[in-house]
Amino acid sequence: MSSAFRTLLYKEMLRFWKVSFQTVAAPVLSSVLYLMIFGHVLEGRLQPFEGVTYTSFLVPGLVMMSVLQNAFANSSSSLIQSKINGNIIFVLLPPISWLEFYGAYVIASIVRGVAVGGGVWLASLFFSWTGIAHPLWALAFVILGAALLGTLGVIGGIWADKFDQLGAFQNFLIVPLTMLSGVFYSIHSLPVFWQALSHFNPFFFMIDGFRYGIFGASDASPWLSLAVVSGAFVLVAGLCLKMLRSGYKLRG
Amino acid sequence: MPAIDAPAIRVRGAVKRFGALQALAGVDLDIQPGEFFGLLGPNGAGKTTLISALAGLLRLTSGSIQVMGHDVLGDYREARRALGVVPQELVFDPFFSVRELLRIQSGYFGIRKNDDWIDELLANLDLTNKADTNMRALSGGMKRRVLVAQALVHKPPVIVLDEPTAGVDVELRQTLWAFIRKLNEAGHTIVLTTHYLEEAEELCGRIAMLKAGRVVALDSTPNLLSRVSHHALKLRVAGLVTLPASLAVLGAVLQSGGLEIPFTSHAKVEGLLAAVREAGVEIIEVEIAKPDLEQAFVEIMQGAAA
Repeated sequence: MSSAFRTLLYKEMLRFWKVSFQTVAAPVLSSVLYLMIFGHVLEGRLQPFEGVTYTSFLVPGLVMMSVLQNAFANSSSSLIQSKINGNIIFVLLPPISWLEFYGAYVIASIVRGVAVGGGVWLASLFFSWTGIAHPLWALAFVILGAALLGTLGVIGGIWADKFDQLGAFQNFLIVPLTMLSGVFYSIHSLPVFWQALSHFNPFFFMIDGFRYGIFGASDASPWLSLAVVSGAFVLVAGLCLKMLRSGYKLRG
Repeated sequence: MPAIDAPAIRVRGAVKRFGALQALAGVDLDIQPGEFFGLLGPNGAGKTTLISALAGLLRLTSGSIQVMGHDVLGDYREARRALGVVPQELVFDPFFSVRELLRIQSGYFGIRKNDDWIDELLANLDLTNKADTNMRALSGGMKRRVLVAQALVHKPPVIVLDEPTAGVDVELRQTLWAFIRKLNEAGHTIVLTTHYLEEAEELCGRIAMLKAGRVVALDSTPNLLSRVSHHALKLRVAGLVTLPASLAVLGAVLQSGGLEIPFTSHAKVEGLLAAVREAGVEIIEVEIAKPDLEQAFVEIMQGAAA
């Protein structure tokens, strides 16, 4: 691990930590509000899995949604701000390779995603505790999901020239795919057509796989979820590395 | 492996096109170690494009650039270690204090414990008492100084300053140039672009002038100045209201309180003074104005346009 990589990773983590009220505490609060409101309104009316209350069902979905959205926000906002402010040159002038650049931005995104997701999970303990059935499965989906969204954040941050372009990327792609991935419901409660369509959404497999890690029960096989999420990650990481290697929108 | 006697910067056949626009049209340039080199040209001449290519911020359409013998693409790690760039734009990272930024910048170059040099940089740039201040709280001039410090944290042998004194006050300019001169005397190669031609004239040993992506003049500063034919005889005279026709044909122009007559050779001065006396003009004071880089610049650019 080169000094340049370690420094860039440290800088990216320090960056979000310095504004942690906004980057960690605020998204934790939003998720807790979801949990309180939806849990209160729908508790006792829905029971997606046998023996699992609705509030308990909701927790892993919200944890994973927080992980994914914050992993994306970290890399994408850092890059777009640096590009628009012009201070991106401070990481382009030093001897940092495209692989180190990618690794530092994505790992920092994973750290922020895990920090927010961990915060949501800790806060949820006040409302529900079901234990963790398969911790390694849960961890695998958190890390892979955060890496995938952190990578999408790098792509979005590099591609976008303006904040509203990145906003469109986030609001018309990331948020709908996350919200329609089964955070608040089991896809078995959907009509057949929408159930089938959900299987084309990789976010569904991230959240469903993580739920398997928590409850030991899920809508899809965890192996299928792992294969889909890993495949999506490899695809997106390949595209991102190709962009970085060519210098797309970063090196003229 | 780079040659031991490699130039500090070697540019060969540098071409850069942005669609139909040709920003660099085949630049060849060698800058030797230890030089204080000026890169001049009007807006859009290609100076910043050339510096960006040198720094790896953009890739040439064709051609190559080496820094201390290291190709900026093939051997980019060594090339970038050898180079410090002070960018033209006043950019800064709003999340960090001055010291944090300089430590981070040091880390990018593989330097972990760099506080002694950081303290020296801060002292030389009059920033010591701002070390723990967030970048957002600094004035424009201070931000500019931090940019200089950031470019120097890794003690690069080659330092490029792209318009470093644009919009900064006289005091800062003096501080900055004293420090840059010191670095040059210590053996660092300095490449400067500036719109203040008197700065280039005073500081640079050699100058390249760019126009439309080409080098249109490349010579030592004294040689460039000697190319300018435009000396002038400046006379303060008594009570002259209209310009006598005999002086007008010599190219004389009437200015407030006096006359200015251009000439090409000092041998002609005696004859010009005689012509003024014959025109009945009473001379109070005589001054011979030397050509300056601004005149050289204008003449060379006009010549390049022809």
